[in-house]
Amino acid sequence: MVKKLFVPLVVVGAAMFAYAPFMILAAPYESTMGLVQKIFYFHASCGMAMFLASFVSGVGSAAFLFTKKPWADRWAVAGAEATVIIGLLVLVTGPLWAHKAWGVWWTWDVRITATFVMWMTFNAYLLVRRYGGPGSERLAAAVALFGMANVPFVYWSVNVWRTLHPKTSVIPTLQPGMRGTFWFCVCAFLLLTTVMVMLRSELEKRRQELDALYLAAED
Amino acid sequence: MTGFARAVWVITRKDLLVEARTREIFFTTAFFALACVLVFAFGFVQQGRAVGDVAAGILWIAIAFSGTLALGRAFERERHGETLRALLIAPIDRPALYVGKLIGILILMAAVEVIVVPLVALMFQAALFDHALLMLGLLAAGTVGFAAVGTLFAAMLVRARSRDVMLPVLLYPITVPVIIAGVRGTAALLQPEGGVPMARAWLAMLVFFDVVFITLALWTFEPVMTE
Amino acid sequence: MKRSLMLALFVLTLAAPALAQTPPPSKPAAQDGFVPVDAPVTGQDTIPAPRLVAIAYGFIWVVIFGYVWSVRSRLAHVERELEAVSRRVPERK
Repeated sequence: MVKKLFVPLVVVGAAMFAYAPFMILAAPYESTMGLVQKIFYFHASCGMAMFLASFVSGVGSAAFLFTKKPWADRWAVAGAEATVIIGLLVLVTGPLWAHKAWGVWWTWDVRITATFVMWMTFNAYLLVRRYGGPGSERLAAAVALFGMANVPFVYWSVNVWRTLHPKTSVIPTLQPGMRGTFWFCVCAFLLLTTVMVMLRSELEKRRQELDALYLAAED
Repeated sequence: MTGFARAVWVITRKDLLVEARTREIFFTTAFFALACVLVFAFGFVQQGRAVGDVAAGILWIAIAFSGTLALGRAFERERHGETLRALLIAPIDRPALYVGKLIGILILMAAVEVIVVPLVALMFQAALFDHALLMLGLLAAGTVGFAAVGTLFAAMLVRARSRDVMLPVLLYPITVPVIIAGVRGTAALLQPEGGVPMARAWLAMLVFFDVVFITLALWTFEPVMTE
Repeated sequence: MKRSLMLALFVLTLAAPALAQTPPPSKPAAQDGFVPVDAPVTGQDTIPAPRLVAIAYGFIWVVIFGYVWSVRSRLAHVERELEAVSRRVPERK
């Protein structure tokens, strides 16, 4: 089922991405920030996509730890890699926007800090898988699980520690012309994330088959 | 005593006995914490006075760094003597193994904090003991949270390569709420007035964190440690 | 010869702290007014907005294409290896 969905998803996703820049150019200028605000369409979409990818990895990790099924591990590692890549996009486009909008490259406010912590957690996941030696899939799964359980605590503590980033309510107050473009970009990125995770988990499946085949060949 | 409690007691007692004979981890960890305090003092003390809430930050950074070291050393000892495998084969509940190691680490870190906390209060003129009970509560809850996650990860990494560097890389992002709560709670207590309700809120969050993460660790210890 | 050179070097290094005792330069009065920016400030930066937008979008495209390309090439590599090994397995059995 998953394989059959893959090609249509790629086609739709690519089409959406091809169309997105036109929508973004046509969207109205925001009154105080001007042109720079247009980074927001991709930046916020990447944020949501990162959340989706981390959720996939967290659920996959939990499933892998308690059921030991190989598909769970595949989704866990695919989600983790996607989280790191898309998180990198969020953490780079954010400061580029903030430089113009707020005059500073980085502030330690809730959303930014929590995103950074999540990104570090999933970097740790990938490092454990790569350099952890045998049995590192389970160690990494525990890291992902703890990382996801950590999210509400990180948000609460960083929120009480600091308060700059537009709150979630900025989306309902978007002008109608912007709202359509925004949700279009969100959908495009969610599709892209799904495609990336599917592709990566396919790679992992092939690798598992290869390992099994090597073991069989040694008999 | 139930079987679980007895197993926990045996493991904790073993760790404490071994440590009491050499006191190796205790001394090295305590002096490392002092070295941390020294180095951070150079960064943050201007003209003889500490800048702002620096004492709170330095205290908790010293606890985090020295705690990481103590965790690494404690499990290195297990790896060296191949005792971890023996413990895993032993007919005890896996969670009992986790709790036993955790209590051992907690006692060790408490011993180090007994030295470091008064010294930080002295060196940075920080009135850490004005609200002694709350301060103790923050220290206890923060140390438990840090050690709970740290014991699980250190046990996981015993057989891994690059385990010395991997432990901080895994531990620090997960214990970010503990560090924030510890530092901000301590800083709230250091304020001349009005910081107590804030410190209580941080303490409540720490206790909640401890409960959630000890439960998670007990749950995942078994699947993570089995081959 | 070597020993006297070493001695000269040693004496010079001892003199260094004496030379370092120069008094710190007094700050000009006009500079005392500088206050670091704390609150958000708009519009007084040097990088023009179109460049920031272009860098942002360019970065996104590069990273996404780079990642997808990397996954596809790793996939092709593994599939080639799979074929090679699966040819060996029937031969052995």
